[in-house]
Amino acid sequence: MAKSLISIHDFSKEEILHILEVAREFEQNKSQTFLSDKVIACIFFEPSTRTRLSFETASNRLGARVIGFPDAGNTSVRKGESLKDTIKMVSNYADLIVMRHPLEGSARYASEVASVPVINAGDGANQHPTQTLLDLYSIRETQGTLDNLTINMVGDLKYGRTVHSLLQAMSHFSPSYIFTAPEELKLPEEYKTFLQQNHIPYTETLDLNEYLQSTDILYMTRVQQERFTNPMEYEKVKNIYRLDAAMLKGVRDNLKVLHPLPRLTEIANDVDETPHAYYFKQAENGVYVRMAIIAYLLGKR
Amino acid sequence: METREKEVLKVSAINNGTVLDHIPSEQLFRVIDILRLNHSQNSITFGMNLDSKTLGSKAIIKISDRFFEDDEINRIALIAPNASMNIIRNFEVIEKRVLSIPETITGIARCMNPVCVTNHQEIETKFKTVEKDGNIELRCHYCEKTTELKDLKIISSNR
Repeated sequence: MAKSLISIHDFSKEEILHILEVAREFEQNKSQTFLSDKVIACIFFEPSTRTRLSFETASNRLGARVIGFPDAGNTSVRKGESLKDTIKMVSNYADLIVMRHPLEGSARYASEVASVPVINAGDGANQHPTQTLLDLYSIRETQGTLDNLTINMVGDLKYGRTVHSLLQAMSHFSPSYIFTAPEELKLPEEYKTFLQQNHIPYTETLDLNEYLQSTDILYMTRVQQERFTNPMEYEKVKNIYRLDAAMLKGVRDNLKVLHPLPRLTEIANDVDETPHAYYFKQAENGVYVRMAIIAYLLGKR
Repeated sequence: METREKEVLKVSAINNGTVLDHIPSEQLFRVIDILRLNHSQNSITFGMNLDSKTLGSKAIIKISDRFFEDDEINRIALIAPNASMNIIRNFEVIEKRVLSIPETITGIARCMNPVCVTNHQEIETKFKTVEKDGNIELRCHYCEKTTELKDLKIISSNR
C-alpha cells in the first residue's frame, strides 16, 4: 500500500517537521516543475472551492497535470458506482489522488483500495489533515517556533474538526491552551481527557476578552450551521463572538489571528488592517504545504 | 462445583465437543449469531435462564463434535466476557479456556456512526478494541468514532 495522508496521526512529529521545512522551500521558490511527468487526480464528491483550488494550484506549481471533478453531480457515482470502483479506476489513471468525500472514513477506505497515494482533503466531519499542517506551518512562520506557545481557540470547539486535529498535532510541542466557547459548543470531554493524559495545561472561558492579553495564537472558527440539527440552537450561538480591531489593543506584538476561512461575522473587517491579521496569508500557505505533501508522498522530497 | 455439574447435566451431557458456559442469558442469541450456529449441522443444545451464582442468570451452549480456534471463539468475548469454553472428549472436560477480548474485531459489529462509510458501501467493518473506564469500546478503523458495547449491533449472519 502506498504511503497516504488520511489522518494527522499518520505523520510522526519528524514527518510533520519535515513537511514544514519542505513547504518553506516551496514558499521561497514557488514554481518547481519537477512533477511534469505526473498526473494528479482531484476528486471532490462534495464541493469545496478553497481546498480544491489550493490543491490544484499546488499541483500546477509542481508541473503536474490535474484531472478530476469538483462535485459528484455529473459522474458515474450518480449511476450508482461504488466508491471502490471509482477509486480503482482513478488510481489506474493518476499517480496520486486527492479526495474529498462526505462520508467519514471514506478516505481511509480509498487508501486501502488505491494503488497510489491518497491525500484526504476532508472526509465529512472526521479528518482534514492538510488544514492542520498548514495551520502548523502558519503558527511556526509567525512565531518562529512551535514550542511553548499559548493557543487560544475560539468559537465552535464542539464540532470543529480543524480545532480537534490542531489540538492533537500541537500536543507534540508543549503548548498551553485557552478554550473560548459558549456552553453549547464547548470542547468535548474526550479531548480534555487527551490533554490531561499528556499533561498539557488548558483553561476554559466564555469571555473572548478574558485571555487575549496572554495569547500568542488566536485561532478563530466559524460556527458551522450545517452541523446543527436544531436551528434554534444555531441562532443562539451563531453571533456569539466578534473580534474587532479595538479588542486587539494592548495584546502581545506577536499575536496572530488565524481562521480556516470562510469567515462570517466572527472577525470584523477592521481586523484585516491590523498587523495581527494572518488568515489570508494562512490560506496562501496552504498551497506551499500541499506542494510539500504531494512531493513527499511521491518520494520527491 | 457440584451444583454446576448438576446444571450441566440438566441440559444433557455431550460425548465430544464444546461447552460454552457463563454466557449472560440476554446475550445467548447474539452469541449464536456471531458463531453462526444457526447454520451449523452439528447437534446443539441451548440452555437459558439457568441459575448462576456470578451472573444471576446464565445461558449455556453445547455443541457436539465442534471445536473452536481461539480467534473464532474470542469474537464472543465482546458480549460475553466472562464466558468459559470447556472442551469435552469422552464425556470428560479435558480443557477449560477463558476468553480474551481480541485487539481487533473484523466483520462482526456495525459502526454506530450513521455517516460512517461502512454503513453506505459494501465494506467489511473493522474496529480496535479500547478500554475506557473499565468498559470495552470499539474504535472504528475507518471513521475513527467509538461504538460503546451497549450500542453494539451485530451484523446478522443470515446473509
